[in-house]
Amino acid sequence: MTLITLNGLTKAYPGVIANDDVSFDIDKGEVHALLGENGAGKSTLVKMIYGLVKPDSGQMTFNGEIFAPAEPRAARIAGVAMVFQHFSLFEALNVAENIALGMENPPKPNVLSEQIRNVSTKYGLTLDPDRLVGDLSVGERQRVEIIRCLLQDPKLLIMDEPTSVLTPQEVDVLFTTLRRLRDEGTSILYISHKLEEIKALCERATILRHGKVVGTCVPKDETAKSMAEMMVGAKLKTPKKSATKFGAPLLVVENMSQKSIDPFGTSLKNITFNLRAGEVMGVAGVAGNGQDELMLALSGETLTDAESVKLEGAFMGQSGPVERRLRGLLTAPEERLGHAAAPDMSLTENTLLSGFQRQKLGRRGFVNKAGAAAFAQKIIEEFDVRTPSVRNTAKSLSGGNLQKFVVGREVLQNPTVFIVNQPTWGVDAAAAASIRQALLELASGGAGVLVISQDLDELMEISDTFAVLSEGNMSTPRPAKGVTVEEIGLMMGGTKV
Amino acid sequence: MDISIVSLVATLIVAATPILLAATGELIVEKSGVLNLGVEGMMIIGAISGFIAAVNTGSPLMGFIAAAAAGAVLALLFAILTQVLLANQVASGLALTLFGLGLAALLGHSYAGIKPPSTPKMEWMGLADIPVVGPILFNHDLMVYFSILLVTLVWVFLKFTRGGLILRAVGENHDAAHALGYKVVRIRTLAILFGGACAGLGGAYLSLIRVPQWTEGMTAGAGWIALAIVVFASWKPWRLILGAYLFGGVTILQLNLQANGVDIPVSYLSMAPYLVTILVLVIMSADRTRASLNAPASLGKIFHASS
Repeated sequence: MTLITLNGLTKAYPGVIANDDVSFDIDKGEVHALLGENGAGKSTLVKMIYGLVKPDSGQMTFNGEIFAPAEPRAARIAGVAMVFQHFSLFEALNVAENIALGMENPPKPNVLSEQIRNVSTKYGLTLDPDRLVGDLSVGERQRVEIIRCLLQDPKLLIMDEPTSVLTPQEVDVLFTTLRRLRDEGTSILYISHKLEEIKALCERATILRHGKVVGTCVPKDETAKSMAEMMVGAKLKTPKKSATKFGAPLLVVENMSQKSIDPFGTSLKNITFNLRAGEVMGVAGVAGNGQDELMLALSGETLTDAESVKLEGAFMGQSGPVERRLRGLLTAPEERLGHAAAPDMSLTENTLLSGFQRQKLGRRGFVNKAGAAAFAQKIIEEFDVRTPSVRNTAKSLSGGNLQKFVVGREVLQNPTVFIVNQPTWGVDAAAAASIRQALLELASGGAGVLVISQDLDELMEISDTFAVLSEGNMSTPRPAKGVTVEEIGLMMGGTKV
Repeated sequence: MDISIVSLVATLIVAATPILLAATGELIVEKSGVLNLGVEGMMIIGAISGFIAAVNTGSPLMGFIAAAAAGAVLALLFAILTQVLLANQVASGLALTLFGLGLAALLGHSYAGIKPPSTPKMEWMGLADIPVVGPILFNHDLMVYFSILLVTLVWVFLKFTRGGLILRAVGENHDAAHALGYKVVRIRTLAILFGGACAGLGGAYLSLIRVPQWTEGMTAGAGWIALAIVVFASWKPWRLILGAYLFGGVTILQLNLQANGVDIPVSYLSMAPYLVTILVLVIMSADRTRASLNAPASLGKIFHASS
């Protein structure tokens, strides 16, 4: 039995066709995967189903009837619920209030709290309705979104990249819930980059590329690699590292503690580790366990005790980012637009911002624009950043291209130590592989590389040593070889292994 | 010295009411995530419109209604600029203040020196004759009680109603609210109009009751104090009353001290309320964590529906 049929959906934005004649259908009680690279048009497509975007042409049927929701409210009434990639939650409101906001006719607060408790017990998703969402972990926040959907008895549940921020254990809980929903007859449209998960969960998959359906498959019969190649439309290379000989410690961090400046942030507690020449250290952990704070403390944006950070023998805890950069400690923060790069400035200007001192792009207070442009050009060429010219603004680049630019800008400045947070977050498979390759080559050249990431597969692929951040504590780094995903999952949940 | 505590408290309530009215409106505006720095301009437009209407109709009530309407009209201009045309809120707000001051001066040209019809005090069946409590609580005009009622209503609205929850949600995270299907621009526009009407009422209270007369620039910074009091109250309605009455108290005290010829230069005394406001603001924001917890997270950010 078909639940929803999409027929020839097309949506164009100025300069780009987001969806071009997309057609497929989802059966009742089916988990259907939607695959595609960044910018393939997945988000636009689900927004049309959820009533946030109107298609230019084409139509949908839902339960056999014409379905054209004018707004999310209409879609929700029809029985479509959606869990967003960037959660649509309000940090300063409590769980019950957040859930009430996503419902058409919420019951009285005490009745609603009771319902939340019932549903959360039924599906094994523990949640306290009175807690402030800002105090919840990312996994718990997702539960808020899911319970918000479940309370509406959805016929179709859309999940946009639900597992990108979860620990493996949390993923298991989520999958149990989803399978149970499926068995109860709910259809699920599941969007993810994680192909192993799609193999485990989904019955059918539709693959989008450049806004068009380029294929369908049964994930169980495919390999992750074959599906990835269908998404990209080309063969993929796996990054390789040459030698694993470590040199002298370059960056020594000892007992670094730092109170978070964000009211919902996590304070760092006694962070201690050594990063050696030639080493790639992976730091795993669920978002919100101190990654941002660690990044700020290492880059010099927040200062710590002078002795807590030692770079090639010199105490740097009280030195700001400029001094650390001059000494060879370069960083690329997670937020590429707004933190790593200034959105409205050109690539040349963005190059100046981080390369001014180290690349000597200025003299006596004047900038060397030609030099900066040449350096930006070099980044674009060596890292295959796709942009018309170095004069384009940072925000005009797609996420993956900007990420390549941000990483390339630092890597080409020959860092002694390079620290990067979420190097391939939201970046498609091909770009991610080239960024990882660049990090490995940097380490092979004798630099120390620290990679903070929530993508375990990525860390397992490139790390020599491995540590986990949990509630501001960092585990003792250990060789990455032989660590299993289960162990990491437990460490991420705060268990000592 | 001859300062009666009872008359001091009674007059400070009158001094605080215009600020309280304007601050209550601005609280709703800021809770919806909009920073309208034009309170001063909307107040003075309210002051002159209310004055003109009251003088010409002979009814203070008509004056207040006209003042609320005029404040809302000016606020509508701000709403169009910031919500539809996506102009910068800070610049638009400042422009609104300057525009309001100029326009009010123009409108009020022939109204200087006229006495407005007087507003009767509320009758509480003799309760005003009770010593101490009577003059403080039961010897005021309708607007004083209305301002307290308004704060109560705003509190109930924000805390207990679905409309209030949606308003807070929009101010907290407009992208999420939009994704859930709430009309961010419409909700904010309504909040801005409410804020304008309240500021207009506050202005009219100045020209019709507190002073009562029309003089150019008569709001004299009351709108800015109202803005400061919203921060002082950390966006909680009840604390608005505390903030407004504290400010009113310091103002009245300095007037009394002046009248009693205390040997301090007048300029110091008239600075005092503003200095106290700055001091309190500094103390309030000393704990950055707590301050940022209370502020609406989308405050002052431009919402652009990008879907």
